[in-house]
Amino acid sequence: MVHNSSVPLYWRLRKSKYNLIGTRCKTCSTAYYPARHLCQKCRRKGEIEEFKFSGQGKILSYTIIRSAPAGFERYTPYAVAIIELAEGATISGQVTGKIEDIKIDQPVIPVFRKIYEDGSGGLIHYGIKWEIADGQRA
Amino acid sequence: MPEIGIVGYGAYIPRFRIAVEEIARVWGENAEDIKNGLQVYEKSVPDIDEDTVTIAVEAAKNAIARAGIDPKAIGAVYVGSESHPYVVKPSGTIVAEALMTSEQVMVADFEFACKAGTAAMQCCYGLVKAGVIEYGLAIGADTSQSRPGDALEYTAAAGGGAFIIGKDPLASIEGTVSFTTDTSDFWRREGEDYPSHGARFTGKPAYFRHVTSATKLLLERLSLKPSDFQHVVFHMPNGKFPQAAAKELGFTADQLKAGFVVSHVGNSYSGSSLVGLTAALDAAQPGERVLITSYGSGAGADSFSFVVTDRILERRDKAPGTDYYIKRKHNVDYGTYIKLKRKLKV
Ligand SMILES: [Zn+2]
Repeated sequence: MVHNSSVPLYWRLRKSKYNLIGTRCKTCSTAYYPARHLCQKCRRKGEIEEFKFSGQGKILSYTIIRSAPAGFERYTPYAVAIIELAEGATISGQVTGKIEDIKIDQPVIPVFRKIYEDGSGGLIHYGIKWEIADGQRA
Repeated sequence: MPEIGIVGYGAYIPRFRIAVEEIARVWGENAEDIKNGLQVYEKSVPDIDEDTVTIAVEAAKNAIARAGIDPKAIGAVYVGSESHPYVVKPSGTIVAEALMTSEQVMVADFEFACKAGTAAMQCCYGLVKAGVIEYGLAIGADTSQSRPGDALEYTAAAGGGAFIIGKDPLASIEGTVSFTTDTSDFWRREGEDYPSHGARFTGKPAYFRHVTSATKLLLERLSLKPSDFQHVVFHMPNGKFPQAAAKELGFTADQLKAGFVVSHVGNSYSGSSLVGLTAALDAAQPGERVLITSYGSGAGADSFSFVVTDRILERRDKAPGTDYYIKRKHNVDYGTYIKLKRKLKV
């Protein structure tokens, strides 16, 4: 069976999905995730470099998904949050683990998890999810 | 010859647990009898988005943090498991990329039932000793499968241990040996969801013969005796087997204590003895000796003697201890367990 719809895209994005690799403007220090190749503030005066985020972040906002889109049905209920990274960029991501006591402003840490699977015979897509930080792990 | 051994180590255990009582309740069995028989009270359960690859990555991140090395200096990544997520497509490529190693890295998946991780350690040791690589990463991780209602359901757990092997170790390898025969005590054919086992046959001719033979061989080669070790770890399919093996070989309950993780996390197969080793290293002091003997059905056992160095004091606290993962737990009921383990076909 050919599963070609998302295979090349998954491959191209694996570095930024497996780790928080984005970009940063050397001129004004603005960090971007996903990566941008032109600084929104400095435009052509900016100089962009690859940048690995520390992973420190906190929940800006979240929602609990109980009726999931195709491919995510197994995971319900799960939380999707907007996370503000310590370096300034905001990203959306799934919060995993014990989500019963999820709150705004809670610090989170990145963990490596399965994101979804293309059916039982297709690719397993891995990447970063978030866990509520307990201060024990960086 | 400079010392070679464990430069950094790390464990990972998923947060969910299911108690023996909860499984026994569903199958109408006597929980007290089972707990007494197995010396296991609860076992770890992977979250729905965890598998051998994700467990391997989390354990390896802890090992790299303790080693304090650049992942680009890792020359080999070997992942030992009997629950690799793909039949064709290595776990190791995903693990290596997630850890941001160099692309110039040797990668392979290892399989030898529950001892694939220690087999990976032996390979890394050989490559470092031969000067082919600077550091090797050996991982043993599993999300072990058991048929609902089978005796294995009380113990089959998830977890992993990862070890950076190289020079300037926190525990130097004094020696390693293996003992291997064609003994069929436990197996799973391609396409089968759950393993089969030879029930009572798994004890004497399988686990005990291989574990005691490998351990005796190691002691003989190194001219050491059981009392030369402060800590000893055996593969823990349950609590009873390693205790009986220790007794037969002349080790005490005290030597077994630090690495005896099975009672509260179960048997994480390729992770079992390696998670035990991480717990023993968490407790070990410079100058102490640690012995580990893994066991893999099929069958074989790998035995190592480590001498702990001063480096342990500066590296130990750079990652969470194994006890953190053992205590960080959230118990689930049987229904949630079935959902998390995907035993329901949806
Ligand atoms: Zn800029």
